[in-house]
Amino acid sequence: MLTLVLFNLTNGLILGLFYVLMALGVSLILNLSNVINFAHGNFLALGGYVAYALSPYMGYWLALLVAPLVVGLVGLIVERTMIRRVYARPHVYSLLLTFGLSFILQDFCRMVWGVNGLPLSIPNVLNQPVSNTLFFLTGYRFFLVGVVVVAVAALFAFLGFTRVGTRIRAGTLDLDTVSALGINIGLLRSFNFALGIFLAALAGVLAGGQIGLNPNMGDDLVLPSFIAIIIGGAGSLVGTLVGGIVIGIASAVTAIWWSAGSEVVIYILMVVVLVLRPRGLMGEEGMMT
Amino acid sequence: MQSRTMSGIGRRTLIKSGAALGAFSLAGPAIIKARGETPVKLGWIDPLTGVLSAPAQSETEGAKYAVAAVNKAGGILGRPVELLVEDSANDVGTGVAKARKLIDRDHVDAIFGDVNSGIAYAISQVTSEKKVFHIVPGGHTDPITGKDCKWNVFRICNTTSMDANAITPELVKHFGKRWYFVTPDYAYGHTLQEAFIKALKKAGGEYDGAMLPINTSDYSSTLIKARAYKPNVLLNNMGGLAQVDCMKQFAQFGMGKEMGLGGALFELESIEAVPPVAQTGWWDMEWWWDQPNQPEVVKWVADFRKAMGKTPSARHWFGWVAIWSTKIAAEKAKSLEAIKMAHALEGEELPPEVKLQPGKVFYRAGDHELMPNIFVGQVHPAKGEGNYFTVSSLVNGEQAQPLSETGCHMTYPA
Amino acid sequence: MSATTISAAPSRTAKPKLHLLIIWAALLTAPAWMGYIGGYDALASRILVFGLAAMGLNLLLGFTGVMSFGHAAYFGLGAYGAGFVLRYWVHSTPLAILCGILLGTVAGVVFGALMMRRTGMYFAMLTIAFGQICYYVAYSWNSVTGGYDGLRGFQRAPLDLGFTVLNIRDNGVLFYYFVLAIFAVCTALMGLLLRSPLGRTMIAIRENPRRARFLGINVERHILISFAISTFFTSVAGALYALLNNFADPTSLYYVISGNIVIMAVMGGMLNFWGPLLGAAIFVTLQDYISSMTVNWMSWIGIIFVAIVLFFPSGVLGFLRRRSASK
Repeated sequence: MLTLVLFNLTNGLILGLFYVLMALGVSLILNLSNVINFAHGNFLALGGYVAYALSPYMGYWLALLVAPLVVGLVGLIVERTMIRRVYARPHVYSLLLTFGLSFILQDFCRMVWGVNGLPLSIPNVLNQPVSNTLFFLTGYRFFLVGVVVVAVAALFAFLGFTRVGTRIRAGTLDLDTVSALGINIGLLRSFNFALGIFLAALAGVLAGGQIGLNPNMGDDLVLPSFIAIIIGGAGSLVGTLVGGIVIGIASAVTAIWWSAGSEVVIYILMVVVLVLRPRGLMGEEGMMT
Repeated sequence: MQSRTMSGIGRRTLIKSGAALGAFSLAGPAIIKARGETPVKLGWIDPLTGVLSAPAQSETEGAKYAVAAVNKAGGILGRPVELLVEDSANDVGTGVAKARKLIDRDHVDAIFGDVNSGIAYAISQVTSEKKVFHIVPGGHTDPITGKDCKWNVFRICNTTSMDANAITPELVKHFGKRWYFVTPDYAYGHTLQEAFIKALKKAGGEYDGAMLPINTSDYSSTLIKARAYKPNVLLNNMGGLAQVDCMKQFAQFGMGKEMGLGGALFELESIEAVPPVAQTGWWDMEWWWDQPNQPEVVKWVADFRKAMGKTPSARHWFGWVAIWSTKIAAEKAKSLEAIKMAHALEGEELPPEVKLQPGKVFYRAGDHELMPNIFVGQVHPAKGEGNYFTVSSLVNGEQAQPLSETGCHMTYPA
Repeated sequence: MSATTISAAPSRTAKPKLHLLIIWAALLTAPAWMGYIGGYDALASRILVFGLAAMGLNLLLGFTGVMSFGHAAYFGLGAYGAGFVLRYWVHSTPLAILCGILLGTVAGVVFGALMMRRTGMYFAMLTIAFGQICYYVAYSWNSVTGGYDGLRGFQRAPLDLGFTVLNIRDNGVLFYYFVLAIFAVCTALMGLLLRSPLGRTMIAIRENPRRARFLGINVERHILISFAISTFFTSVAGALYALLNNFADPTSLYYVISGNIVIMAVMGGMLNFWGPLLGAAIFVTLQDYISSMTVNWMSWIGIIFVAIVLFFPSGVLGFLRRRSASK
């Protein structure tokens, strides 16, 4: 039993890190642009499909990097042509816009790549369990964890130590002041949006190696990202990080006793957190608007 | 059927008044001619979008292919056949609305659908209320032709009990009697697992299992649990894309070295969606194209490949049989009236060019379930185009589930 | 924002009276002409049901200025509440509707109270999350809700009026008029509400929450009241939806339905009392037609969403009003 719990804790951590990658993108966009991106899961799927399309030409490793860049560029275009136009409007419009976009993107993937699932091949090196006892720690999952850790570390370093990163953080706290300082908010938001989409697409390529590619593959990851953000607390990227890991572990551990409850539990967790600590685990006071 | 009578009266009235007025006499022959060409309308509902879209698309392709063939063979009762396809979007509310629309607005003569058993059941409530002939090509849960069977509903795919009973002896023979189930948490999964447990208990086996949400994509926690149980065989009962994800992770975790893999269905659509390493296990096929000893099947498969550019799956066959069965029923009944068609199809045996397999294939009168062969065998990476499966035995459908075990009491309206 | 003052009191001037006449004439005669434009009875009932849900949501969205993206929860709970009664308890349509309303509204009050201290996007996100809780409960609780397959095996009961029995079970047209009667009662209640002091407070909060606060209005409490009333009407619609389908399933609780209800309100015109009904009529009909014509209907629906947001943000009625004003 103890082994089972330990295994599932470790496994939950891996799952959680995956949620983190997804949720950080949603969180970045929410914090700076005040837009909930419903289409995030569809950008994830698009990332997987683009990698599938590119890997015959450039191999898996290069596709892993290029596909998110390509999809990030798509995100940039979407932001410049559509999302940007609703920033000044009531929230309902940005929600409906990304909601509609998610339909279009899902159907686009279906039209181009078909309804049947597609396998995204991963290099054989990664396709083996590392040890027989710890069979669930495949080379691929180690690799996945490595990529997520590097990506998250790079993101935090970027936000913490570069000028653009500092501006994004400042904009999250007080957009008006940042704007008054003469910083081009529009450009900052575009870049930030593309960055969030880049992370989604990266998650998509990684997910594609483990589960199959299909037009709906991102759908079930969007709402857990929201929950990760709510649990972590709005406005705090560290909170999102913690929130993602917490829900990953919670759902994996729940699965030991109650398989069907692995999805419900993260919602129950959310309610508990909201009742006990309404601003979320790491939420900053005043960031709730 | 109501509508057809109404429009019939409408036309007669028009002709009469036309004759009376004289001026409209030209309209008479034109209308009579049009009547001979009034198409027989068939309403086809399947979840063309959503997680079951792959099998739904194949079924629909099979139906379209069959409609073309039926029209070439003179249509139904000498009238051309028109197929109206609707997307249920894997949503019960939408499926029911589409059924009502096809019946109330388009006045279809028969309804087909749905891959999703829950929607198939909900639609059957509408069709029996409206007294419309209804074929369920590919929704598997038992009650549709079991305890909730209806006089107007026929089914082509097997019941979950038939599938489970057919594969259980093979799994016990090859691997052993300690099983672990990975099962989707909805009617299909429940009835399938129950059927397996019943069959396994008969063989004296033991089991454990996990019920998962229908569209689960991550199986790591479940597989950790499964391995801890140390089963002889893991039964992957998930459907569609979820099954594909489970297969991939099973293979990646190297679990194939420690336990067997199998289950009721691993359909061609799904096999093609997994990498070769996950193309494995013992399964049922509800129809399989590779029957070298059946010349009419060989020819049919060759024609299908030429026309559609792909290898036909069991789902294509469901679509094919559904449309032809309607023709057979209508022409035997010499009518499109649901009640006459239903009586006509009871016990009816399918001709070779429709059944596309050896032996006797017929609709069992007691529950309106088609009794085909179940192809039991092993899945492996492709040895040539579409050749992923080697049949080890054919199990007779009636033997897999006798009528007495279905729980169906067929009653016709007074 | 001047348009809102007119719409808040739909029948005060002569012109809206004409609108009313047209709307009710169209609704009363719908079964007669639906067939000619390719519709059918169930479609007409569907439009009314979703129109009512969208109008209920709009009390919150359009008239109080608070965003909810989780109203499918109350719609779906209304459906399940009605289904539970018919399936497990008594064969009575009025009781079914009452219980549907009860279930939906109680959930609305409880969730509303839990969310009320949050505003803006965070609030919107919470409404989605709470909606999904209901979805997962319905989805997982097999023994009661029927799980993923939905609650089935019930039928709406004929209506016993004492002197006569209306067979709304087998007669689609009769059922349409039954839905229309309930719809009429609900819209009358909504109209009265908006003209009451409470309604005017709601509009004041929408126009300027800060000023409303300065005027001594307890904004949170009024938003909660508005939220509860809105979930009340949405759950009426949900109960009717269960009766229409003879079925309740988890999809009716899913956030996609929330999105559809919101787009209906926006599409017709959030600032107009009747806007959401028009939006529902357009959306439900379009979805019905497009999904029959092409399997790529999702793209079309998505394009409609995007087009409404980018080009017709004030909806069809807002667009028409602006055009007639500029002439």
